[in-house]
Amino acid sequence: MTRALQVGRAVLAPRADAPPKTQGAFAYSSDLSAPGMLWGHTVRSPHAHARIAAVDISEAVAMPGVHAVLTHADVPGAKHYGLEFADQPVLAIDRVLYVGEPVALVAAEHPEQARRAAERIRVEYEPLPPVDDMERATELPDLHPEKPTRGHGYLEDDRPNVVRHMVIRHGDPETEGEVAVSGVYELGMQDQAFLGPESGLAVPDGEGGVDIYVATQWLHVDRDQIAPCLGLPESAVRVHLAGVGGAFGGREDLSMQIHGALLALHTNRPVKIVYNREESFTGHVHRHPARIWCEHRAARDGRLVNVRMRILLDGGAYASSSTAVTSNAASFAVGPYAVENALIDSTCVYTNNPPCGAMRGFGAVQTCFAAEAQLDKLAAALDIDPVELRLLNALEPGDVLPTGQTITGSLPVAEVIRAAAALEPPPGEPLPRDPLRLPGGAGNTSHGEGVRRGVGFAVGFKNIAYSEGFDDSTAARVRLDPSGFAEVHCAAAEVGQGVTSVILQVARLELGLDDVRLAPSQTANVGSAGSASASRLTWMAAGAVRDACRAALAEQALRPGEEIDVERVYRHPRTTPLDPQTGQITGERAHVAFAVCAMKVVAEVDVDLGLTRVVWIGAAQDVGHALNRQHVEGQIEGGTAQGLGLALMEEIQCRGGLIANASFTDYLIPTMLDMPPVESVLIEDPEPDAPYGLKGVGEPPTVVSTAAVVSALRAATGRELVRVPVRPDDIVF
Amino acid sequence: MRVTVRVNGETRQADCWEGESLLFALREKLGLPGSKNACEQGECGSCSVLLDGVLVCSCLVLAAQADGHEVATVEGLADGGELHPVQQAFVDAGAVQCGFCTPGLVVAAVDLLRRNASPSDDEIREALSGNLCRCTGYVKIVDAVRLAAERA
Amino acid sequence: MDVLTPRTLDDALALKAEHRDAWPIQGGTDVLVALNFDRARPAVMLNLNEVAELRGYERADGELRLGAGLTYTELEHGPLRDELRALSEAARTVGSPQIRNRGTIGGNLGTASPAGDAIPPLVVEGAEVECASVRGTRRVPVAEFVTGVKRNALEPDELVTAVWVRPSNAAQTFMKVGPRNAMVIAVCSLALSAGDALRACFGSASPRPVLVTAPLDEAATFAERVAEAAAPIDDVRGSAGYRRHALRVLAERALKRVVL
Repeated sequence: MTRALQVGRAVLAPRADAPPKTQGAFAYSSDLSAPGMLWGHTVRSPHAHARIAAVDISEAVAMPGVHAVLTHADVPGAKHYGLEFADQPVLAIDRVLYVGEPVALVAAEHPEQARRAAERIRVEYEPLPPVDDMERATELPDLHPEKPTRGHGYLEDDRPNVVRHMVIRHGDPETEGEVAVSGVYELGMQDQAFLGPESGLAVPDGEGGVDIYVATQWLHVDRDQIAPCLGLPESAVRVHLAGVGGAFGGREDLSMQIHGALLALHTNRPVKIVYNREESFTGHVHRHPARIWCEHRAARDGRLVNVRMRILLDGGAYASSSTAVTSNAASFAVGPYAVENALIDSTCVYTNNPPCGAMRGFGAVQTCFAAEAQLDKLAAALDIDPVELRLLNALEPGDVLPTGQTITGSLPVAEVIRAAAALEPPPGEPLPRDPLRLPGGAGNTSHGEGVRRGVGFAVGFKNIAYSEGFDDSTAARVRLDPSGFAEVHCAAAEVGQGVTSVILQVARLELGLDDVRLAPSQTANVGSAGSASASRLTWMAAGAVRDACRAALAEQALRPGEEIDVERVYRHPRTTPLDPQTGQITGERAHVAFAVCAMKVVAEVDVDLGLTRVVWIGAAQDVGHALNRQHVEGQIEGGTAQGLGLALMEEIQCRGGLIANASFTDYLIPTMLDMPPVESVLIEDPEPDAPYGLKGVGEPPTVVSTAAVVSALRAATGRELVRVPVRPDDIVF
Repeated sequence: MRVTVRVNGETRQADCWEGESLLFALREKLGLPGSKNACEQGECGSCSVLLDGVLVCSCLVLAAQADGHEVATVEGLADGGELHPVQQAFVDAGAVQCGFCTPGLVVAAVDLLRRNASPSDDEIREALSGNLCRCTGYVKIVDAVRLAAERA
Repeated sequence: MDVLTPRTLDDALALKAEHRDAWPIQGGTDVLVALNFDRARPAVMLNLNEVAELRGYERADGELRLGAGLTYTELEHGPLRDELRALSEAARTVGSPQIRNRGTIGGNLGTASPAGDAIPPLVVEGAEVECASVRGTRRVPVAEFVTGVKRNALEPDELVTAVWVRPSNAAQTFMKVGPRNAMVIAVCSLALSAGDALRACFGSASPRPVLVTAPLDEAATFAERVAEAAAPIDDVRGSAGYRRHALRVLAERALKRVVL
């Protein structure tokens, strides 16, 4: 541990990308340009479900400034791609399955010329009735009769439109309790709403290959999907990380990568594609809307006896990472509580709604909202303090999860709960106040009338890293230059979380050298880093860089004075799949490690108008070991804000598959007047399997904050509030 | 059409399509991509610049409307190698994550502190409420503005 | 597409007479959104930024003449804030500081959205829109100027050049409901004053502004009358039922603020 503590106490240089970012000098994917560059534009389906009878591009090709108009016929290689299942056409072939599905591409000298040409592409659609209700999807015509997710070791389910169905059976799921509470909970579709829209630049190399500069979360998996569609070997497709304006799961799937490369190769000119905000809402996957049925059975003393939950997720038109989200929702449905019996049934279905996939929290957000509401309900039914009830049931190392996995690493649930509960909220503020400090804010709706204050509490947890046998690795390469500096190569995607600082911090510590330089992230010079996802990258990149540095030093000892260049691949403890019939582990573990966050929230609600103001948030989080306290706090604060947004205002509203609010005018995310001060306590209980004892920290605050905010609203209003985002209607009617 | 603008003290010309915003002209015609293209509907503040000294969203100004006017962008704030005190405060307070909102917030914060040298937290929040950030939860951005004010 | 930039009001009116389909653009907060999202491609835009006569305000015979180019920031923080209290409060609720620096009262009227935040306070104060053309000027009461959802009474050769208002000095307030505590389009809004009589006008709850009036001694039933006068719809921002309910609550609160 001495070494780990040194990492935390090391005097940290400010993150290297911060100064250029404050100056507007950091090159994001939408900032790039190249001589002779053309602008790409994507023609998208206006229909949620339709057959394509014909596509006529003849008029568009003849428009001024146009250099290429492409359809599926111009895709030289594989016609389909996908993050885990290749079920999504590069360009629609004979049907479209969601509004916004790409159908054709245009490259022109000015974006306006591309837009005008796009208008002249005649696509003849024969509209079909959309499958837009997840509850009825399994009774309606199959959108994917070829069943792309079948044969991957999941529970067999022949009903139409099932992406994945899984069941976790733990102990005796028929066990009765002395007290039972039940409820049905619902969550709307949330958008990542990263600020930097999907964008990138594809540059042909003149030899048939292409360089793609793009904002992504995982360079190598992009390349692995792009190359087959272009009909090129992987070596001819080089993917480079351009500046990433936020990600949050929304950049796991491809957006413009293949399209830009197709246009660049076709025109032999660099091509830039930048989505606008409206297009961005159809350009990436969203957080799954969910409906969750729960029954919690407990003994009179508050001990949980049996948890039964049924989870339904709307996966939208394509699979994306829905199978993993289905499993995550189920695996963490109970929350960080010990229970001997459980029955968790989790299903994700295809619909003609926008595709859903990864977003920060990845399934655990949805079930945490439901399960924590249930615990508050149970506490009320038992007349036990809600914090005490949670402490009574808190998991600890040695306990067994509903999947049968025993917790072997760090998981200080009780300590985290106690720390959050001990945080003292600020006292109530006297009236009169500026309306900014009241629910309704700048709208001047209340001068104190109708305002009630409530305190809420919730706990959430989630796994770290990929799981169920999907064991990805991270490579790092270290070159020691004889002139005295070191160069680190790692394809880890800096998405704003600060992983480049982690890499440099670890390398400087391990090498005992200040002059460490980080090479740009790209696919050509180093192996895969895996994804900036699942709260995994700090752990994985730190492990890889540590190992590569130590190997380089060992090598240097053998060959002093020479150039040293070594690459090492780091792997976390191995996981295995869950049994498709029982949802139980088939090896030692299905999940690598866990992290928990507890949150206390003070909110004021104008009960007459249903408007809210979150006053204060206190959080305690299990972080293993904080490599950089300021960065960890930043993750907690930012992750909390996204959960607060889901609790209070964020929902993509779909009508027959059409997004009715695809803009920042009507898809609202919290402003500085909506997000309160956050007080964070970091609980440091080193993770034995992780480098320096650290844990990923990005997701737990997002998992729990939605539940915690709504708990405060319930305390203020006495309303049940079973759906998020909570609408004013839900409070006043 | 030809548009002549004084940007960061320098007279510049750009040939623009009539429907282009000042933001597009800055980013794509004048080589100043520091102002960001996050929403292009005036809802996020990422493209904030000073137009004749007034804080505006450059996405909502027609390039032609800036003809003959003075524009100050984030690129003009630092003095050579030296960050502007607001930029330095953002770095020191940990207010930068992905950074896409940062240029707009820095410009808006500079504008605020020029009008009000020691703003209260409420004044900071109201003045910057038109600048969305998706990464930080704003806590450290408020810290940064406070820090910049304290150091001045 | 063409952008014309007149330097004087006379030139602006002459150009409008010549290009009757020209889109006037002042702060650009509505027009640029339409342009950026490819919702409109006007053949001609008339950039009014350089017309000095549209700026600022002046007084004449007890009336205020607010230039069409007066911004929300000027209304919120400028010297008129005490004279036009509800309008000033409304200005504070508009968009963001950046939007308030650019958006103008003339643009708000020209766009004629049911959610236009300046409209209810102006209706309550009995304001009139000055419409000008090469043929002359005329004044139209604000409530009549807005003829429907995003429709106004301008003739094709006319521009909004000013708003005339005789400040009532009545106690007054403006309130706006939105699901976020800043930067929202009104789910519904209300301006209410109590001078010689009770006067109220709401936003986002009817296609056109409606002025509801009552004698001061009918305050007890006024909130209900305001809610009943509304014709709200369900949309992505809120439900009709909520809007009607919220208007009743707002009116009750506003009455307490201005009457008691």
